[in-house]
Amino acid sequence: MNLIVCVKEIPDPETPASAFAIDPEAKRAIPAKDTPPVISPFDEQAVEAALRMKDELGGKVTVISMGAPSAEKVLKHTLSMGADEAFLLNDGAFDNPDSTSTAYALAQAIKKVGEYDIVFCGRQAGDFDAGQVGSGIAENLGIPSVTVAKKIDAGDGKARVERVLPDGYEVVEVSLPALITVSSELGEPRYATLKGIMAAAKKTVPVWNTQEIGAEPSKVGASGARTKIQKLFIPVRESKCEMLEGENEEEAAAKLALKLREAKLI
Amino acid sequence: MADDKGVLVYGECVNGGLAAMTLELLGIGRKLADDLGEELAAVLLGEKVSDLAEEAIRFGADKVYVIESPLLKDYVTDAYVAAMDKLCQQVKPTILLMGQNAVGRDLAPRLAFRLDTGLTTDCLELKIDPATKLMVQTKPVYGGNALAEIICEQTKPQMATVRPKCMEPLQKDDSRKGEVVAFDAGLDASAIRIKWLEKVKEEVEGVKLEDAEVVVCGGRGMGSPEAFDQLAQLAKLLGGALGATRPPCDSGWLPTTSQVGLTGKLVTPTLYIGIALSGASQHLAGCSGSKNMIAINKDPDANIFKVCQYGVVGDYKKVLPPFIEKVKELLAG
Repeated sequence: MNLIVCVKEIPDPETPASAFAIDPEAKRAIPAKDTPPVISPFDEQAVEAALRMKDELGGKVTVISMGAPSAEKVLKHTLSMGADEAFLLNDGAFDNPDSTSTAYALAQAIKKVGEYDIVFCGRQAGDFDAGQVGSGIAENLGIPSVTVAKKIDAGDGKARVERVLPDGYEVVEVSLPALITVSSELGEPRYATLKGIMAAAKKTVPVWNTQEIGAEPSKVGASGARTKIQKLFIPVRESKCEMLEGENEEEAAAKLALKLREAKLI
Repeated sequence: MADDKGVLVYGECVNGGLAAMTLELLGIGRKLADDLGEELAAVLLGEKVSDLAEEAIRFGADKVYVIESPLLKDYVTDAYVAAMDKLCQQVKPTILLMGQNAVGRDLAPRLAFRLDTGLTTDCLELKIDPATKLMVQTKPVYGGNALAEIICEQTKPQMATVRPKCMEPLQKDDSRKGEVVAFDAGLDASAIRIKWLEKVKEEVEGVKLEDAEVVVCGGRGMGSPEAFDQLAQLAKLLGGALGATRPPCDSGWLPTTSQVGLTGKLVTPTLYIGIALSGASQHLAGCSGSKNMIAINKDPDANIFKVCQYGVVGDYKKVLPPFIEKVKELLAG
């Protein structure tokens, strides 16, 4: 099986709100000093899904990311988990993309990699939570897409996929090649082994630009975007928390319950 | 592009009626259409859905397109995208709204790419810019730490999916009149590459987190799986559901299906109670849409207090038992 996974480097979603800041001009988050960026959690699960399939059926796992040079670290992480090769798409022309231009660039890179049976993505990136790029890659490649998967079994040119629903899951069968987006219900991603980390350290991550992926400059980055962020801001919380106090915990607790009654919430 | 006109809402049927999400979309869709001085249409897809067309009119639609086909019996991406693509090519709406739910999450992105237009998912607010007549779409980003206003300037329809329970439905008006149009999508079975096999319902005990009017969440500070029994008791008392932040789920104290947050469930209850949790943005991303929030935490600077209306600073082990007792007393009296 030839398996390709697309991953994104994002600001750590566990960053405490107090350490979070934005650049309203550039309309993006300012990286927190003490919290390095991470692989988007769902994308790590997409890597895990590909590795599980490789464990079972054999084959090769290729990981692609579009982002800043620092995203090489994220790609190295996936190599240390067990991926075979990784490529980084980095070019000034890729800057300020939206889901449309991101999906286009990743699809071009996938075509350059060549053969694939399944392309995996996380169900959404942990920064903008758009959840569009996977479907967009599939549309660009002209292959079917199945989203929010928690279990995937492949064989005979088909995949049987369990899709997460609010009240359970549904099972669909899709012809390959296909694109599958992976949800957290898949289960914990594996840890990198020492052997994996050492092997990853020896691998290089080639960097591809617009020309190298055969992309039209008008379709990447801000030029290819269909949506535009006109404003990014940190919301002012209107509600001010009223701290309920008392002689002791019992009194404070009772006041809290009474407030709920007053507000007709209980 | 001048011929793009009107607002189109993607309607869904649940248990023989229109989904709550659809009524909310008709509510906001009506407002956007009125602000533009244009028409509000809805579309219903399925094997047999025409019975609900009049209902969509009573909740605000001027026109309802009905697309019926045996190929639309169960939701399958390829079939639904093809049908919606064909309708949009013909109707040319300037705005297309869907729910940020199981179908919307899958259908909206793929359809947006097919129509080569822009989509903003998970919107909390939609409004028309009076100057440009464009739809300004507000969505939470960076785990709810920031909000982004997004526009789609060059292409139509401007597409958005809307978070559940963010918009008000209109009052049902039985006297409203509208037009029902049967639309033939001309679906080709051979172009459908996905086969729907079965749905497996996973029954959860008690109230489901996503539907609960009251959600009680515990964090790492609970200290043990046993400690969650008290929270379960409180949740049951209030007819609500029990959730948790990520650490208790990662530690196996609760199943991962109980996790509320970016990588877990999105909850929008009337009342959210956060106990012994700090309020990391990861968690707040999943619960900040709650109508009312209260918290108990021993750290007065805990981030969770920033989003709460009421709080008690203290060790939950001392605050929670008398709180539960008082709630019981109030409920009984």
